[in-house]
Amino acid sequence: MSLSISELEERANEVRQHIINMLAEAGSGHPGGSLSCADIVTTLYFNIMRHRPEEPKWPDRDRFVLSKGHAVPTVYACLAMSGYFPVSELKTIRKMGSRLQGHPDMNMTPGLEMSTGSLGMGLSVSVGMALAGKIDKLPYRVFVVLGDGEIQEGQNWEAAMSAAHYRLDNLCAFLDYNKLQIDGRVEDIMGIEPLIDKWKAFGWHTLEIDGHNIGQIIKAAEEAKETKGKPTMIIAHTIKGKGVSFMEGVVGFHGVAPSKEEAEKALAELA
Amino acid sequence: MPEMVATRDAYGKALLKLGEINPKVVVLDADVSSSTRTANFAAKFPERFFNMGIAEANMIGAAAGLATCGKIPFASSFAIFASARCFEQIRNCVCWPRLNVKIVPSHAGISVGEDGASHQAVEDISIMRMLPNMTVIVPADGLETEQAILTAAEYDGPMYIRLGRAKFPLVSPPDYKFSIGKSYTIREGSDATCIAAGLMVFEALSAAEKLQEQGINLRVINMSTIKPIDKEAILKAAEETGAIVTAEEHTIIGGLGSAVAEVLVEEKPVPMKRIGMPDRFGLSGPPRKLLEKFNMSDADIARAVLEVMGRKKL
Ligand SMILES: Cc1ncc(C[n+]2csc(CCOP(=O)(O)OP(=O)(O)O)c2C)c(N)n1
Ligand SMILES: [Mg+2]
Repeated sequence: MSLSISELEERANEVRQHIINMLAEAGSGHPGGSLSCADIVTTLYFNIMRHRPEEPKWPDRDRFVLSKGHAVPTVYACLAMSGYFPVSELKTIRKMGSRLQGHPDMNMTPGLEMSTGSLGMGLSVSVGMALAGKIDKLPYRVFVVLGDGEIQEGQNWEAAMSAAHYRLDNLCAFLDYNKLQIDGRVEDIMGIEPLIDKWKAFGWHTLEIDGHNIGQIIKAAEEAKETKGKPTMIIAHTIKGKGVSFMEGVVGFHGVAPSKEEAEKALAELA
Repeated sequence: MPEMVATRDAYGKALLKLGEINPKVVVLDADVSSSTRTANFAAKFPERFFNMGIAEANMIGAAAGLATCGKIPFASSFAIFASARCFEQIRNCVCWPRLNVKIVPSHAGISVGEDGASHQAVEDISIMRMLPNMTVIVPADGLETEQAILTAAEYDGPMYIRLGRAKFPLVSPPDYKFSIGKSYTIREGSDATCIAAGLMVFEALSAAEKLQEQGINLRVINMSTIKPIDKEAILKAAEETGAIVTAEEHTIIGGLGSAVAEVLVEEKPVPMKRIGMPDRFGLSGPPRKLLEKFNMSDADIARAVLEVMGRKKL
């Protein structure tokens, strides 16, 4: 099943609609960062990653870690659309008794590889997954999505060192560079530039792409796969809230769900 | 005098055995492998050993990732760093997802000695014990350590196994069998009970001998599993001996003493006293001198036993 770029774009649009519906239904959650990584995560699940929804524990499957766990609605949408659980279950997100917790819980949601939510830890876990793949000489690759604010956490840099030290070329990270965090612009809160220089200096292969351009996402992942002896960091320039005009670049939509009216407006734009 | 073995040395040996019998076992360390004795495993099984450098938080995260892929990671550092620096990594990446990670630090307690307060973990039992899904083990000697390590590889779930730097006498009988959650009554007695863990079991036995000279029969229980605690043995001791002293190489706040008190207060209050590190930081010095300085020696246990016996209702 190989989808064309325009089909993938349609999927990403569908994912965005699910995100809006989920958050409006829940009345809480994180629209901005969910929408900014929607193209990346959709392309991973429907093009790049080898996985089997009918066999979630297939040993050779590619692993996905959402280190910025607050963007989990994006992953829930992709998992449901892949067939890990019914799409109708998406509306239970954040409710009592739901398998879809506010942040990813690997023991509750079929298809989730790791529990996250506390920022700064996912890259370390991905390093462990990649090390296991090397020990067992398995062909799987490990993909992780990090937030730009998230990499202010020092643990990322410990993980970055260790991934290069152990030459984890089966590890590919996407940095969702949407330029915003909770309190404002990343460059005002705690600047992270020069980003490419930093990851290069830590021994990573680096790439810079438009994180909303599916062709570029696919090409970058292919280049990462070809790169031997080093992990790859794909700096993906994105727009927080991408796809919904009144959320784009608006810091206030980091962790505030759309109201009913806002959701209707957003869905009309995405239709 | 019984044989003297540091629990970390027994760990090093046990890991070599595990390396042979269980291909899923992998070991991580954070630049202290010569001290934690994981270096033995590193030399023999280099393809399953990962030195993560001085970056303990990343080590715990990587161990969690390895566990998601079916490996059985043993992650070691000094107790203060493995527990306190990594508390949230352990909480969110190991305990919450209930991953099969074994955290096995050395250099716990004040018996670290000369390195002093910065290196003497006296709060780790407390902070590890409060985590859901966590099992906390404090082996009393080398023999029990070896068994606990071998058992850990068979048990699926997070574990914290607290080891020490100093050589201490063996206290377990040669035919001893460790099992998770089961205490071991190492000495029978009817007048009072000392529930101890780690090297304090030796101190408790020594206290029991001193008391014997005064005609007092002290029961000594090795409570090597701090969590889940052996409630049955605690209640039986309360019932049969009527007074309890706890002894641990750890702050008296939140550790073994607190765990025992929680059981007693809710189900069978009897006179009790906690021996352990008072609410303060440690100092440089030889282990024995430090135990004496902080009122944690056999003599202090004996005094505490007399005190709780005096508080029994006649
Ligand atoms: C360790 C930690 N500190 C703080 C938070 C609270 N928090 C949740 S999201 C967020 C901002 C994240 O910014 P960024 O990584 O840029 O994510 P994005 O913009 O993609 O949403 C913060 C501070 C957290 N989840 N974890
Ligand atoms: Mg951001």
